[in-house]
Amino acid sequence: MTRSTVSGATAAPRSRRSRAPGRTAAGRSAVGRLVFLGPGLAYLIVLLLVPLALVLSYTIFRRGRFGGVVYEATGENFTRLLDPLYLDVIVGSLKLASIATVIALLVGYPTAYLIAQLPRKWKTIALVAIVLPFWTNFLVRIYAWIVLLSGPGLVNSTLGDLGLGPFEFLYNQGTIVTGLVYSYLPLMVLPLYAAIEKLDPQLREASANLGARPARTFVSVTLPLTLPGVVTGCLFVFVPSFGNFIIPELLGGGRSIMVGNLIRDQFLKARDWPFGSTLALALLAVLVVLLLLQAWSARRA
Amino acid sequence: MRRPRLLYVPFWATYVFLYAPIAVLVVMSFNSGDSPYSFEGLSLKWYGELAGNAEIGKGLVNTLVVAAGSTVLSTVLGTLLAVGMARHSRSKVLDAIGVLPAVLPDLVLAIGLLVFYASIRMTLGLHSVLLAHTVFGMAFVAAVVRTRLAHADTSLEEASRDLGAGPVTTFFRITLPQLAPGIAAGALLAFTLSVDEFVIAFFTAAPTEPTLPIVIYSMVRFGVTPEINALATLLLAVSFTVVIVAQRMTRLTESLS
Repeated sequence: MTRSTVSGATAAPRSRRSRAPGRTAAGRSAVGRLVFLGPGLAYLIVLLLVPLALVLSYTIFRRGRFGGVVYEATGENFTRLLDPLYLDVIVGSLKLASIATVIALLVGYPTAYLIAQLPRKWKTIALVAIVLPFWTNFLVRIYAWIVLLSGPGLVNSTLGDLGLGPFEFLYNQGTIVTGLVYSYLPLMVLPLYAAIEKLDPQLREASANLGARPARTFVSVTLPLTLPGVVTGCLFVFVPSFGNFIIPELLGGGRSIMVGNLIRDQFLKARDWPFGSTLALALLAVLVVLLLLQAWSARRA
Repeated sequence: MRRPRLLYVPFWATYVFLYAPIAVLVVMSFNSGDSPYSFEGLSLKWYGELAGNAEIGKGLVNTLVVAAGSTVLSTVLGTLLAVGMARHSRSKVLDAIGVLPAVLPDLVLAIGLLVFYASIRMTLGLHSVLLAHTVFGMAFVAAVVRTRLAHADTSLEEASRDLGAGPVTTFFRITLPQLAPGIAAGALLAFTLSVDEFVIAFFTAAPTEPTLPIVIYSMVRFGVTPEINALATLLLAVSFTVVIVAQRMTRLTESLS
Protein backbone atom coordinates (compact mmCIF):
# COMPACT_ATOMS: atom_id res chain seq x y z
CA MET A 1 0.00 0.00 0.00
CA THR A 2 3.01 2.25 -0.02
CA ARG A 3 3.04 2.68 -3.74
CA SER A 4 2.36 6.21 -4.84
CA THR A 5 -1.09 6.70 -6.31
CA VAL A 6 0.11 9.09 -8.96
CA SER A 7 2.35 6.58 -10.66
CA GLY A 8 -0.30 3.86 -10.21
CA ALA A 9 -2.97 5.94 -11.85
CA THR A 10 -0.89 6.74 -14.88
CA ALA A 11 0.44 3.22 -15.24
CA ALA A 12 -3.00 1.60 -15.31
CA PRO A 13 -4.42 3.02 -18.55
CA ARG A 14 -1.14 2.47 -20.38
CA SER A 15 -1.06 -1.25 -19.62
CA ARG A 16 -4.73 -1.57 -20.55
CA ARG A 17 -4.16 0.08 -23.87
CA SER A 18 -1.36 -2.33 -24.75
CA ARG A 19 -3.57 -5.30 -23.98
CA ALA A 20 -6.70 -4.24 -25.83
CA PRO A 21 -5.76 -3.54 -29.40
CA GLY A 22 -9.34 -4.05 -30.60
CA ARG A 23 -10.77 -1.14 -28.64
CA THR A 24 -9.26 2.29 -28.42
CA ALA A 25 -8.40 3.73 -25.04
CA ALA A 26 -10.65 6.68 -25.76
CA GLY A 27 -13.62 4.43 -26.49
CA ARG A 28 -13.09 2.40 -23.35
CA SER A 29 -12.79 5.43 -21.17
CA ALA A 30 -15.92 6.92 -22.74
CA VAL A 31 -17.82 3.81 -21.64
CA GLY A 32 -16.25 4.08 -18.18
CA ARG A 33 -17.19 7.72 -17.98
CA LEU A 34 -20.77 7.01 -18.92
CA VAL A 35 -21.15 4.11 -16.47
CA PHE A 36 -19.42 5.74 -13.52
CA LEU A 37 -20.05 9.44 -13.93
CA GLY A 38 -23.36 9.30 -15.80
CA PRO A 39 -25.85 8.39 -13.05
CA GLY A 40 -24.45 10.62 -10.30
CA LEU A 41 -23.89 13.54 -12.60
CA ALA A 42 -27.38 13.26 -14.10
CA TYR A 43 -28.82 13.17 -10.58
CA LEU A 44 -26.89 16.27 -9.52
CA ILE A 45 -27.82 18.15 -12.67
CA VAL A 46 -31.54 17.48 -12.23
CA LEU A 47 -31.79 17.84 -8.45
CA LEU A 48 -29.07 20.38 -7.73
CA LEU A 49 -28.10 22.52 -10.71
CA VAL A 50 -31.57 22.89 -12.23
CA PRO A 51 -33.14 23.85 -8.85
CA LEU A 52 -30.36 26.40 -8.25
CA ALA A 53 -30.82 27.81 -11.76
CA LEU A 54 -34.56 28.10 -11.08
CA VAL A 55 -33.96 30.04 -7.86
CA LEU A 56 -31.51 32.27 -9.70
CA SER A 57 -33.97 32.97 -12.51
CA TYR A 58 -36.80 33.78 -10.06
CA THR A 59 -34.85 36.78 -8.78
CA ILE A 60 -35.76 38.80 -11.88
CA PHE A 61 -39.46 37.89 -11.91
CA ARG A 62 -42.49 39.22 -10.08
CA ARG A 63 -44.70 37.34 -7.64
CA GLY A 64 -48.21 36.51 -8.75
CA ARG A 65 -51.15 37.94 -6.88
CA PHE A 66 -51.88 34.60 -5.18
CA GLY A 67 -48.31 33.40 -4.84
CA GLY A 68 -46.64 31.74 -7.80
CA VAL A 69 -44.51 33.58 -10.30
CA VAL A 70 -45.33 35.98 -13.11
CA TYR A 71 -42.69 35.67 -15.81
CA GLU A 72 -42.19 39.35 -16.38
CA ALA A 73 -38.69 40.72 -15.94
CA THR A 74 -38.29 43.25 -13.16
CA GLY A 75 -35.56 44.69 -10.97
CA GLU A 76 -37.87 45.41 -8.07
CA ASN A 77 -36.68 42.44 -5.98
CA PHE A 78 -33.21 43.91 -5.88
CA THR A 79 -34.36 47.44 -5.03
CA ARG A 80 -36.51 45.94 -2.28
CA LEU A 81 -33.37 44.30 -0.90
CA LEU A 82 -32.03 47.80 -0.16
CA ASP A 83 -35.17 48.73 1.79
CA PRO A 84 -33.94 49.45 5.36
CA LEU A 85 -36.49 46.93 6.63
CA TYR A 86 -34.61 44.08 4.90
CA LEU A 87 -31.15 45.60 4.85
CA ASP A 88 -31.24 45.86 8.64
CA VAL A 89 -32.03 42.15 8.91
CA ILE A 90 -29.14 41.25 6.59
CA VAL A 91 -26.69 43.52 8.43
CA GLY A 92 -28.03 42.25 11.76
CA SER A 93 -27.46 38.63 10.68
CA LEU A 94 -23.93 39.50 9.57
CA LYS A 95 -23.34 41.04 13.00
CA LEU A 96 -24.73 38.10 15.01
CA ALA A 97 -22.88 35.52 12.88
CA SER A 98 -19.63 37.52 13.22
CA ILE A 99 -19.94 37.81 17.01
CA ALA A 100 -20.62 34.07 17.26
CA THR A 101 -17.60 33.36 15.04
CA VAL A 102 -15.26 35.55 17.12
CA ILE A 103 -16.42 34.00 20.41
CA ALA A 104 -16.05 30.49 18.97
CA LEU A 105 -12.51 31.39 17.85
CA LEU A 106 -11.56 32.82 21.26
CA VAL A 107 -12.86 29.72 23.05
CA GLY A 108 -11.85 27.24 20.35
CA TYR A 109 -8.24 28.28 19.81
CA PRO A 110 -6.93 27.62 23.33
CA THR A 111 -8.94 24.39 23.45
CA ALA A 112 -7.55 23.16 20.13
CA TYR A 113 -4.05 24.25 21.18
CA LEU A 114 -4.22 22.25 24.37
CA ILE A 115 -5.70 19.18 22.66
CA ALA A 116 -2.78 19.23 20.21
CA GLN A 117 -0.34 19.08 23.14
CA LEU A 118 -2.05 16.17 24.91
CA PRO A 119 -0.56 12.66 24.93
CA ARG A 120 -1.82 10.58 21.99
CA LYS A 121 -4.41 8.57 23.88
CA TRP A 122 -6.00 11.61 25.54
CA LYS A 123 -5.87 13.50 22.28
CA THR A 124 -8.24 11.01 20.60
CA ILE A 125 -10.61 11.05 23.56
CA ALA A 126 -10.61 14.86 23.72
CA LEU A 127 -11.30 15.10 19.97
CA VAL A 128 -14.12 12.55 20.01
CA ALA A 129 -15.64 14.43 22.96
CA ILE A 130 -15.57 17.63 20.90
CA VAL A 131 -17.31 15.97 17.93
CA LEU A 132 -19.87 13.89 19.86
CA PRO A 133 -22.37 16.68 20.61
CA PHE A 134 -22.22 17.63 16.96
CA TRP A 135 -23.57 14.22 16.00
CA THR A 136 -26.59 14.57 18.23
CA ASN A 137 -29.81 16.02 16.91
CA PHE A 138 -29.48 19.75 16.30
CA LEU A 139 -33.00 20.57 17.54
CA VAL A 140 -32.45 18.57 20.71
CA ARG A 141 -29.34 20.60 21.51
CA ILE A 142 -31.23 23.86 20.99
CA TYR A 143 -34.07 22.55 23.12
CA ALA A 144 -31.59 21.89 25.94
CA TRP A 145 -30.88 25.61 26.09
CA ILE A 146 -34.59 26.42 26.36
CA VAL A 147 -34.79 24.09 29.38
CA LEU A 148 -31.74 25.76 30.90
CA LEU A 149 -32.54 29.39 30.23
CA SER A 150 -36.33 29.79 30.19
CA GLY A 151 -38.18 31.82 32.86
CA PRO A 152 -38.65 28.98 35.38
CA GLY A 153 -35.59 27.17 33.99
CA LEU A 154 -32.64 25.69 35.82
CA VAL A 155 -30.32 28.69 35.65
CA ASN A 156 -33.00 30.97 37.09
CA SER A 157 -34.01 28.54 39.83
CA THR A 158 -30.36 28.12 40.83
CA LEU A 159 -29.92 31.90 40.89
CA GLY A 160 -33.20 32.15 42.81
CA ASP A 161 -31.76 29.92 45.53
CA LEU A 162 -28.93 32.42 45.82
CA GLY A 163 -31.45 35.24 46.10
CA LEU A 164 -30.93 36.56 42.58
CA GLY A 165 -33.16 37.05 39.58
CA PRO A 166 -35.30 35.85 37.99
CA PHE A 167 -33.78 37.07 34.75
CA GLU A 168 -35.13 36.99 31.21
CA PHE A 169 -32.36 35.02 29.48
CA LEU A 170 -34.27 33.70 26.53
CA TYR A 171 -35.42 35.55 23.46
CA ASN A 172 -32.70 38.11 22.90
CA GLN A 173 -29.66 38.43 20.67
CA GLY A 174 -27.34 37.11 23.37
CA THR A 175 -29.26 33.83 23.45
CA ILE A 176 -29.08 33.56 19.68
CA VAL A 177 -25.30 34.03 19.80
CA THR A 178 -25.04 31.45 22.61
CA GLY A 179 -27.04 28.98 20.53
CA LEU A 180 -24.89 29.60 17.45
CA VAL A 181 -21.61 29.19 19.35
CA TYR A 182 -22.91 26.07 21.06
CA SER A 183 -24.04 24.49 17.79
CA TYR A 184 -20.96 25.20 15.70
CA LEU A 185 -18.04 25.29 18.16
CA PRO A 186 -16.91 21.76 17.15
CA LEU A 187 -16.56 23.01 13.56
CA MET A 188 -14.15 25.68 14.83
CA VAL A 189 -12.04 23.38 17.01
CA LEU A 190 -11.42 20.69 14.37
CA PRO A 191 -9.67 22.77 11.64
CA LEU A 192 -7.79 24.70 14.34
CA TYR A 193 -6.59 21.44 15.84
CA ALA A 194 -5.51 20.16 12.42
CA ALA A 195 -3.49 23.34 11.81
CA ILE A 196 -1.88 23.43 15.27
CA GLU A 197 -1.09 19.71 15.18
CA LYS A 198 0.85 20.13 11.91
CA LEU A 199 2.99 22.85 13.44
CA ASP A 200 6.63 21.89 13.86
CA PRO A 201 7.42 22.21 17.61
CA GLN A 202 11.03 23.04 16.73
CA LEU A 203 9.90 26.39 15.35
CA ARG A 204 8.51 27.37 18.72
CA GLU A 205 11.60 26.08 20.49
CA ALA A 206 13.81 28.06 18.13
CA SER A 207 11.79 31.18 18.82
CA ALA A 208 12.11 30.61 22.58
CA ASN A 209 15.85 29.91 22.29
CA LEU A 210 16.27 33.18 20.45
CA GLY A 211 14.85 34.91 23.48
CA ALA A 212 11.22 35.44 22.52
CA ARG A 213 8.71 35.36 25.35
CA PRO A 214 5.83 32.86 24.96
CA ALA A 215 3.41 35.65 23.99
CA ARG A 216 5.81 36.90 21.32
CA THR A 217 6.34 33.37 20.01
CA PHE A 218 2.57 32.93 19.77
CA VAL A 219 1.99 36.19 17.89
CA SER A 220 4.97 35.92 15.51
CA VAL A 221 5.25 32.16 14.96
CA THR A 222 2.26 30.06 16.05
CA LEU A 223 -0.59 32.32 15.02
CA PRO A 224 0.64 33.20 11.49
CA LEU A 225 1.41 29.53 10.76
CA THR A 226 -2.02 28.38 11.92
CA LEU A 227 -3.86 31.18 10.12
CA PRO A 228 -5.30 28.91 7.40
CA GLY A 229 -6.89 26.81 10.17
CA VAL A 230 -8.25 29.97 11.77
CA VAL A 231 -9.79 31.10 8.47
CA THR A 232 -11.32 27.66 7.78
CA GLY A 233 -12.72 27.40 11.31
CA CYS A 234 -14.23 30.88 11.11
CA LEU A 235 -15.83 30.01 7.78
CA PHE A 236 -17.24 26.75 9.18
CA VAL A 237 -18.91 28.67 12.01
CA PHE A 238 -19.95 31.74 10.06
CA VAL A 239 -21.58 29.99 7.08
CA PRO A 240 -24.18 27.92 8.98
CA SER A 241 -24.72 30.77 11.47
CA PHE A 242 -25.46 33.38 8.84
CA GLY A 243 -28.20 31.40 7.09
CA ASN A 244 -29.69 29.92 10.25
CA PHE A 245 -33.40 30.25 10.92
CA ILE A 246 -34.00 27.66 13.63
CA ILE A 247 -31.86 29.16 16.39
CA PRO A 248 -33.23 32.71 15.97
CA GLU A 249 -36.75 31.33 15.97
CA LEU A 250 -36.45 28.99 18.96
CA LEU A 251 -34.01 31.00 21.09
CA GLY A 252 -34.64 34.49 19.68
CA GLY A 253 -38.39 34.32 20.09
CA GLY A 254 -39.06 35.87 16.69
CA ARG A 255 -38.33 39.36 17.98
CA SER A 256 -34.94 39.62 16.31
CA ILE A 257 -35.11 37.67 13.10
CA MET A 258 -32.20 36.81 10.84
CA VAL A 259 -32.01 36.57 7.07
CA GLY A 260 -32.76 32.83 7.25
CA ASN A 261 -36.11 33.54 8.91
CA LEU A 262 -36.84 36.10 6.24
CA ILE A 263 -36.16 33.60 3.45
CA ARG A 264 -38.21 30.91 5.17
CA ASP A 265 -41.14 33.33 5.59
CA GLN A 266 -41.02 34.44 1.95
CA PHE A 267 -41.32 30.83 0.86
CA LEU A 268 -43.67 29.32 3.41
CA LYS A 269 -45.75 32.27 4.66
CA ALA A 270 -45.75 35.29 2.34
CA ARG A 271 -45.40 33.02 -0.68
CA ASP A 272 -43.26 35.62 -2.44
CA TRP A 273 -40.87 33.20 -4.10
CA PRO A 274 -39.11 35.76 -6.32
CA PHE A 275 -38.16 37.96 -3.36
CA GLY A 276 -37.26 34.90 -1.27
CA SER A 277 -34.96 33.79 -4.09
CA THR A 278 -33.37 37.24 -4.19
CA LEU A 279 -32.68 37.07 -0.44
CA ALA A 280 -31.16 33.62 -0.93
CA LEU A 281 -28.97 35.02 -3.69
CA ALA A 282 -27.80 37.79 -1.33
CA LEU A 283 -26.97 35.12 1.27
CA LEU A 284 -25.02 33.13 -1.32
CA ALA A 285 -23.20 36.26 -2.52
CA VAL A 286 -21.89 36.96 1.00
CA LEU A 287 -20.74 33.35 1.33
CA VAL A 288 -19.03 33.33 -2.08
CA VAL A 289 -17.08 36.48 -1.14
CA LEU A 290 -15.97 34.76 2.08
CA LEU A 291 -14.95 31.58 0.22
CA LEU A 292 -12.89 33.64 -2.23
CA LEU A 293 -11.19 35.37 0.72
CA GLN A 294 -10.40 31.98 2.19
CA ALA A 295 -8.95 30.68 -1.08
CA TRP A 296 -6.86 33.85 -1.31
CA SER A 297 -5.54 33.48 2.25
CA ALA A 298 -4.80 29.79 1.71
CA ARG A 299 -2.76 30.61 -1.40
CA ARG A 300 -0.82 33.27 0.48
CA ALA A 301 -0.03 30.94 3.38
CA MET B 1 6.15 20.09 25.06
CA ARG B 2 4.91 22.71 27.46
CA ARG B 3 1.26 22.98 28.29
CA PRO B 4 0.55 26.42 29.72
CA ARG B 5 -1.56 26.08 32.88
CA LEU B 6 -3.76 29.00 31.93
CA LEU B 7 -5.01 27.15 28.84
CA TYR B 8 -6.81 24.60 31.01
CA VAL B 9 -9.43 27.24 31.88
CA PRO B 10 -10.89 27.67 28.34
CA PHE B 11 -10.24 23.96 27.68
CA TRP B 12 -12.44 22.74 30.52
CA ALA B 13 -14.89 25.60 29.97
CA THR B 14 -15.40 24.29 26.42
CA TYR B 15 -16.28 20.80 27.61
CA VAL B 16 -18.56 22.05 30.39
CA PHE B 17 -20.28 24.34 27.88
CA LEU B 18 -20.73 21.47 25.41
CA TYR B 19 -21.95 18.86 27.87
CA ALA B 20 -23.83 20.72 30.63
CA PRO B 21 -27.03 21.23 28.58
CA ILE B 22 -26.92 17.61 27.42
CA ALA B 23 -26.42 16.37 30.99
CA VAL B 24 -29.40 18.40 32.16
CA LEU B 25 -31.64 16.85 29.49
CA VAL B 26 -30.57 13.34 30.43
CA VAL B 27 -31.14 13.89 34.15
CA MET B 28 -34.52 15.55 33.61
CA SER B 29 -35.68 12.70 31.39
CA PHE B 30 -35.77 10.47 34.49
CA ASN B 31 -37.82 13.01 36.45
CA SER B 32 -40.98 11.73 38.12
CA GLY B 33 -42.52 15.21 38.38
CA ASP B 34 -44.52 17.01 35.72
CA SER B 35 -42.32 20.09 35.65
CA PRO B 36 -39.59 20.06 33.03
CA TYR B 37 -37.49 22.27 35.31
CA SER B 38 -37.39 20.86 38.85
CA PHE B 39 -36.24 17.34 39.64
CA GLU B 40 -38.55 15.52 42.03
CA GLY B 41 -37.55 11.87 41.89
CA LEU B 42 -36.46 9.03 39.63
CA SER B 43 -38.98 7.48 37.26
CA LEU B 44 -39.29 6.17 33.73
CA LYS B 45 -42.73 7.63 33.23
CA TRP B 46 -41.70 10.02 30.43
CA TYR B 47 -40.27 7.11 28.48
CA GLY B 48 -43.66 5.43 28.83
CA GLU B 49 -45.42 8.58 27.62
CA LEU B 50 -42.99 8.71 24.73
CA ALA B 51 -43.68 5.12 23.70
CA GLY B 52 -47.39 5.95 23.56
CA ASN B 53 -46.93 9.06 21.43
CA ALA B 54 -48.28 8.15 17.98
CA GLU B 55 -47.00 11.34 16.34
CA ILE B 56 -43.41 10.59 17.36
CA GLY B 57 -43.80 6.97 16.33
CA LYS B 58 -44.94 8.01 12.88
CA GLY B 59 -42.11 10.54 12.59
CA LEU B 60 -39.59 7.89 13.55
CA VAL B 61 -40.88 5.41 10.95
CA ASN B 62 -40.89 8.12 8.27
CA THR B 63 -37.34 9.16 9.18
CA LEU B 64 -36.08 5.58 9.01
CA VAL B 65 -37.77 4.99 5.64
CA VAL B 66 -36.27 8.17 4.19
CA ALA B 67 -32.83 7.53 5.68
CA ALA B 68 -32.70 3.90 4.52
CA GLY B 69 -33.85 4.75 1.00
CA SER B 70 -31.60 7.73 0.54
CA THR B 71 -28.63 5.83 2.02
CA VAL B 72 -28.99 3.04 -0.55
CA LEU B 73 -29.35 5.53 -3.40
CA SER B 74 -26.54 7.76 -2.09
CA THR B 75 -24.17 4.83 -1.62
CA VAL B 76 -24.64 3.47 -5.15
CA LEU B 77 -24.52 6.87 -6.89
CA GLY B 78 -21.77 8.26 -4.64
CA THR B 79 -19.49 5.24 -5.06
CA LEU B 80 -19.84 5.26 -8.85
CA LEU B 81 -19.24 9.00 -8.88
CA ALA B 82 -16.12 8.68 -6.73
CA VAL B 83 -14.62 5.99 -8.99
CA GLY B 84 -15.60 8.01 -12.04
CA MET B 85 -14.08 11.22 -10.72
CA ALA B 86 -10.86 9.52 -9.64
CA ARG B 87 -10.31 7.28 -12.67
CA HIS B 88 -12.20 8.71 -15.61
CA SER B 89 -12.08 12.45 -15.28
CA ARG B 90 -9.73 15.29 -14.56
CA SER B 91 -12.45 17.91 -14.70
CA LYS B 92 -12.25 20.61 -12.02
CA VAL B 93 -15.84 21.60 -12.77
CA LEU B 94 -16.99 18.08 -12.03
CA ASP B 95 -15.09 18.09 -8.73
CA ALA B 96 -16.78 21.37 -7.84
CA ILE B 97 -20.26 19.99 -8.63
CA GLY B 98 -19.42 16.94 -6.53
CA VAL B 99 -18.69 18.96 -3.38
CA LEU B 100 -21.33 21.64 -3.97
CA PRO B 101 -24.11 19.87 -2.01
CA ALA B 102 -21.80 19.59 0.99
CA VAL B 103 -20.85 23.28 1.07
CA LEU B 104 -24.13 24.84 -0.08
CA PRO B 105 -26.21 26.26 2.80
CA ASP B 106 -29.01 23.79 3.52
CA LEU B 107 -31.60 26.55 3.30
CA VAL B 108 -30.60 27.34 -0.29
CA LEU B 109 -30.76 23.68 -1.34
CA ALA B 110 -34.11 23.40 0.46
CA ILE B 111 -35.76 26.31 -1.36
CA GLY B 112 -34.22 25.20 -4.66
CA LEU B 113 -35.78 21.77 -4.33
CA LEU B 114 -39.11 23.21 -3.18
CA VAL B 115 -39.19 25.47 -6.26
CA PHE B 116 -38.13 22.56 -8.49
CA TYR B 117 -40.75 20.15 -7.16
CA ALA B 118 -43.41 22.85 -7.54
CA SER B 119 -42.38 23.62 -11.11
CA ILE B 120 -42.68 19.98 -12.19
CA ARG B 121 -45.91 19.72 -10.13
CA MET B 122 -44.65 16.82 -8.06
CA THR B 123 -46.73 16.11 -4.98
CA LEU B 124 -44.66 16.23 -1.80
CA GLY B 125 -44.29 13.18 0.41
CA LEU B 126 -41.62 10.88 1.74
CA HIS B 127 -40.25 10.36 -1.78
CA SER B 128 -39.51 14.09 -2.18
CA VAL B 129 -37.50 14.11 1.07
CA LEU B 130 -35.73 10.90 0.07
CA LEU B 131 -34.67 12.36 -3.28
CA ALA B 132 -33.59 15.59 -1.58
CA HIS B 133 -31.47 13.82 1.06
CA THR B 134 -29.75 11.82 -1.66
CA VAL B 135 -28.33 15.06 -3.12
CA PHE B 136 -26.08 15.70 -0.12
CA GLY B 137 -25.83 12.02 0.92
CA MET B 138 -24.26 11.16 -2.44
CA ALA B 139 -21.75 14.01 -2.13
CA PHE B 140 -20.59 12.79 1.29
CA VAL B 141 -20.34 9.15 0.16
CA ALA B 142 -18.35 10.25 -2.90
CA ALA B 143 -15.99 12.32 -0.73
CA VAL B 144 -15.32 9.46 1.71
CA VAL B 145 -14.88 6.85 -1.04
CA ARG B 146 -12.50 9.14 -2.93
CA THR B 147 -10.25 9.38 0.11
CA ARG B 148 -10.18 5.60 0.21
CA LEU B 149 -9.51 5.42 -3.55
CA ALA B 150 -6.50 7.69 -3.14
CA HIS B 151 -4.93 5.02 -0.93
CA ALA B 152 -6.08 2.02 -3.01
CA ASP B 153 -3.46 -0.09 -4.73
CA THR B 154 -4.07 0.11 -8.49
CA SER B 155 -1.58 -2.68 -9.23
CA LEU B 156 -4.16 -5.20 -8.03
CA GLU B 157 -6.58 -4.00 -10.69
CA GLU B 158 -3.84 -4.18 -13.30
CA ALA B 159 -2.97 -7.72 -12.21
CA SER B 160 -6.62 -8.73 -12.47
CA ARG B 161 -6.79 -7.34 -16.01
CA ASP B 162 -3.49 -8.98 -16.94
CA LEU B 163 -4.86 -12.31 -15.79
CA GLY B 164 -7.72 -11.92 -18.24
CA ALA B 165 -10.56 -10.59 -16.08
CA GLY B 166 -12.90 -8.19 -17.83
CA PRO B 167 -13.57 -4.68 -16.54
CA VAL B 168 -16.84 -5.73 -14.90
CA THR B 169 -15.27 -8.67 -13.06
CA THR B 170 -12.33 -6.52 -12.02
CA PHE B 171 -14.63 -3.84 -10.69
CA PHE B 172 -16.76 -6.21 -8.63
CA ARG B 173 -14.01 -8.55 -7.41
CA ILE B 174 -11.08 -6.17 -6.95
CA THR B 175 -12.09 -2.50 -6.84
CA LEU B 176 -15.26 -2.81 -4.75
CA PRO B 177 -13.81 -5.06 -2.00
CA GLN B 178 -10.86 -2.68 -1.72
CA LEU B 179 -13.22 0.25 -1.30
CA ALA B 180 -15.61 -1.57 1.07
CA PRO B 181 -14.53 0.16 4.32
CA GLY B 182 -14.84 3.56 2.65
CA ILE B 183 -18.24 2.67 1.21
CA ALA B 184 -19.44 1.46 4.63
CA ALA B 185 -18.21 4.64 6.31
CA GLY B 186 -19.84 6.77 3.61
CA ALA B 187 -23.14 4.89 3.96
CA LEU B 188 -23.07 5.35 7.74
CA LEU B 189 -22.43 9.06 7.29
CA ALA B 190 -25.26 9.42 4.75
CA PHE B 191 -27.66 7.58 7.08
CA THR B 192 -26.75 9.67 10.14
CA LEU B 193 -26.99 12.93 8.22
CA SER B 194 -30.39 11.98 6.82
CA VAL B 195 -31.77 10.96 10.23
CA ASP B 196 -30.70 14.30 11.70
CA GLU B 197 -31.56 16.53 8.77
CA PHE B 198 -34.25 19.11 9.45
CA VAL B 199 -34.13 22.15 7.13
CA ILE B 200 -34.41 20.36 3.78
CA ALA B 201 -37.01 17.93 5.13
CA PHE B 202 -39.00 20.86 6.53
CA PHE B 203 -39.28 22.36 3.03
CA THR B 204 -39.76 19.20 1.00
CA ALA B 205 -41.97 17.01 3.23
CA ALA B 206 -45.74 16.84 3.01
CA PRO B 207 -47.42 18.22 6.19
CA THR B 208 -49.11 14.88 6.71
CA GLU B 209 -45.86 12.90 6.58
CA PRO B 210 -43.39 14.65 8.92
CA THR B 211 -39.98 13.20 9.69
CA LEU B 212 -38.85 12.91 13.32
CA PRO B 213 -36.90 16.23 13.35
CA ILE B 214 -40.02 17.99 12.04
CA VAL B 215 -42.10 16.43 14.84
CA ILE B 216 -39.47 17.53 17.40
CA TYR B 217 -39.47 21.02 15.92
CA SER B 218 -43.21 21.45 16.25
CA MET B 219 -43.12 20.05 19.82
CA VAL B 220 -40.31 22.43 20.83
CA ARG B 221 -42.06 25.39 19.22
CA PHE B 222 -45.15 24.86 21.31
CA GLY B 223 -43.25 24.78 24.57
CA VAL B 224 -41.22 22.56 26.80
CA THR B 225 -42.53 19.07 27.56
CA PRO B 226 -40.62 16.43 29.52
CA GLU B 227 -41.39 13.87 26.79
CA ILE B 228 -38.81 15.61 24.62
CA ASN B 229 -36.23 15.04 27.38
CA ALA B 230 -36.82 11.31 27.14
CA LEU B 231 -36.71 11.38 23.34
CA ALA B 232 -33.55 13.50 23.44
CA THR B 233 -31.86 11.04 25.80
CA LEU B 234 -32.69 8.11 23.53
CA LEU B 235 -31.44 9.97 20.45
CA LEU B 236 -28.24 10.89 22.31
CA ALA B 237 -27.70 7.29 23.30
CA VAL B 238 -28.11 6.16 19.67
CA SER B 239 -25.78 8.85 18.25
CA PHE B 240 -23.13 8.24 20.92
CA THR B 241 -23.21 4.51 20.24
CA VAL B 242 -22.96 5.01 16.47
CA VAL B 243 -20.03 7.43 16.78
CA ILE B 244 -18.13 5.23 19.21
CA VAL B 245 -18.73 2.08 17.13
CA ALA B 246 -17.62 3.96 13.99
CA GLN B 247 -14.52 5.15 15.84
CA ARG B 248 -13.70 1.58 16.89
CA MET B 249 -14.31 0.32 13.35
CA THR B 250 -11.96 2.84 11.76
CA ARG B 251 -9.28 1.97 14.31
CA LEU B 252 -9.81 -1.73 13.56
CA THR B 253 -9.56 -1.28 9.78
CA GLU B 254 -6.55 1.00 10.21
CA SER B 255 -4.76 -1.63 12.26
CA LEU B 256 -5.63 -4.31 9.69
CA SER B 257 -4.38 -2.41 6.66
